[in-house]
Amino acid sequence: MRAYTPKNDVQKKSYYTDRYWVAPQVAKSAVSDDAVFEADLNAIKAKFDVSEAYIQVEQMVVYIKPEDLVGVLTLLRDECEYTQLSELSAIDWLAKQGQFELFYQMLSMTKRKRLRIKCFIDEDQAIESVSSLFRSADWSEREMYDMFGVKVNNHPFMKRILMPDDWQGHPLRKTYPLQGDEFASWYEVDRIYGKEARDVIGPEIRESAKVDRYDTERFSRLGYEVPFGAEPKAADAEKTPLAYQEEEGVFLIEKFDENDVVESAEFRKR
Amino acid sequence: MQQPNRLRPFFENITFDREDNEMIVNFGPQHPSAHGQLRLMLHLQQEQIVKAHPDVGYLHRGMEKMAENMIYNEFMPTTDRMDYIASSSNNYGFALAVEKLIDVEVPRRAKVIRMMILEINRLMSHLFWLATTALDIGAMTVFLYAFREREYLMDIIEGYCGARLTHAAIRIGGVPLDIQDNFISELKAFLDKLPENIKDYEDLLDKNRIWLMRMEDVGVIPTDMALSWGCTGPMLRASGVAWDIRKEEPYELYDEVEFEVPFSDKGDNYARYKVYMQEMRESAKILYQTIDMYAETVANNQTELMAHAPKFISAPKLELMTQNYSLMQHFVLVTQGMRPPVGEVYIATESPKGELGFFINSQGGPYPYRLKLRAPSFWHTGILTDLLPGHYIPDVVSIIGTTNIVFGEVDR
Repeated sequence: MRAYTPKNDVQKKSYYTDRYWVAPQVAKSAVSDDAVFEADLNAIKAKFDVSEAYIQVEQMVVYIKPEDLVGVLTLLRDECEYTQLSELSAIDWLAKQGQFELFYQMLSMTKRKRLRIKCFIDEDQAIESVSSLFRSADWSEREMYDMFGVKVNNHPFMKRILMPDDWQGHPLRKTYPLQGDEFASWYEVDRIYGKEARDVIGPEIRESAKVDRYDTERFSRLGYEVPFGAEPKAADAEKTPLAYQEEEGVFLIEKFDENDVVESAEFRKR
Repeated sequence: MQQPNRLRPFFENITFDREDNEMIVNFGPQHPSAHGQLRLMLHLQQEQIVKAHPDVGYLHRGMEKMAENMIYNEFMPTTDRMDYIASSSNNYGFALAVEKLIDVEVPRRAKVIRMMILEINRLMSHLFWLATTALDIGAMTVFLYAFREREYLMDIIEGYCGARLTHAAIRIGGVPLDIQDNFISELKAFLDKLPENIKDYEDLLDKNRIWLMRMEDVGVIPTDMALSWGCTGPMLRASGVAWDIRKEEPYELYDEVEFEVPFSDKGDNYARYKVYMQEMRESAKILYQTIDMYAETVANNQTELMAHAPKFISAPKLELMTQNYSLMQHFVLVTQGMRPPVGEVYIATESPKGELGFFINSQGGPYPYRLKLRAPSFWHTGILTDLLPGHYIPDVVSIIGTTNIVFGEVDR
């Protein structure tokens, strides 16, 4: 039987994968291999539920419940010396399991360790803001909301950050096409010229390298030169012969004739 | 209410008639000293800022989205466009993250060349920082001097990879080329001259009355604020934390070279300026050592430039031209792309601006399932929200200058 692929993930897929291909895994090791991480994990486990924890590429990954998030991060900051929240964002698993996976990348400068706190939330579930603990989360959470639509409770200024305020849709979701959706293609037309100009201007061409041979306003075709903005039919009408200007002589420039040359006496001396 | 039309648009967030004395000024998005497309909404009481609200996103190109639709090697030139002042450091951060994911070891000679390129990029970035910041504050001479020196470095890099700004000079698994014949001699000539140049800048600026007035005790970032806002790199080091990823979590051969991590506990603009100047000297120190290390690899005949991992990285040209199977693998790698194993990495490197992190979630396909770019400037812009209130309008310019933000990186 063919493997099921989620249909609402519109990102680029490899066009060929061997049917017997089993992707290998990046090695995971047990937390007990590292004394520092083990102590940190025990500190978390003492107060909160941990569903899974392992070390991958020298960093510990800990899965917790979303409602414990603020508690765990407070514990890490105040008791385990993880003083910096380097990064936080989400991974879109909506197509597979209807959930977002959030990750919070922590750094301890005294221990020289990095760990990742992770949790799953449902599509319409909100997460508590950690911007009161780490100010860096202020902008990261705004970005996460902007890109994925993950709602954050008790955030001081929950607004889009990279996209325009009146944008619709969340660009980093797997359901969002790379070239943008219907809304994106009309956004600038509507904003600059107004909706009434849609028929005149048409949707924005969001394909990066699109060349339209019948578009005489933006493209010219060698051999078929027509006036700017000519009708599409005229584009193919008649071939413009390639001609070199020099063949019939150039205005004000005469052809060079050796007999007309006047050599100066000074030049002849050399 | 104002009747909005095309010529007089309606801005809901700006009130023109106010009861109090507060004025709202839009600083940017087209302000020459905003170092890119930064729109700062400043609430002013007279000349003093009471509230600052940075607005970013004018250069948003959706790099993370693009990454999800590109094979790993395809994405490399895109990373150039993040911090375009030191683009090789972005290339390197991405290459290192993928190398950790596929678990390959880069040959020693490639490591040495990478370190050279990285440090040249750091010097380029710091010189550019000095030039633009000094220009913002009015020191035109320093701008011209620093750009002159940067030009030498750009020429060296151009000789190596053909590009001046967007280098794409590093590959996943190594470097594409050995350094050119005159690379070392030109670099040495530059480095020998650099201490004099730095001294020139410092002579012009260090005790300059205007420079001191604009820099000293302006834009003070306390240590806990810097940590809380996720500041890294010179921003953090000037605020009293001597944290340099090259030193603390060494990558490449940074554990074999000797260098100091300059830091200051003052946290003001002047401290950041001094940290940048000192870092240039340290970079020069590292570059001298890499020149010796390169000579060592030549003496030991370590000529390999790319890692040997046939599943992920194409074989060298000679093998492609002679070995049928290598050519087949190369064809698959180019048309379909490498397929790293299922897993996640977060790799942080010390870019000239701070901690540049690449988070990659791979699901075993040729396209990353999720790629998060952790660019230092993003938070260095965010901190303006808390940093600017209390300062005056002219301070905004010098503070933006010393945060060293690049909008290719903020907006990605």
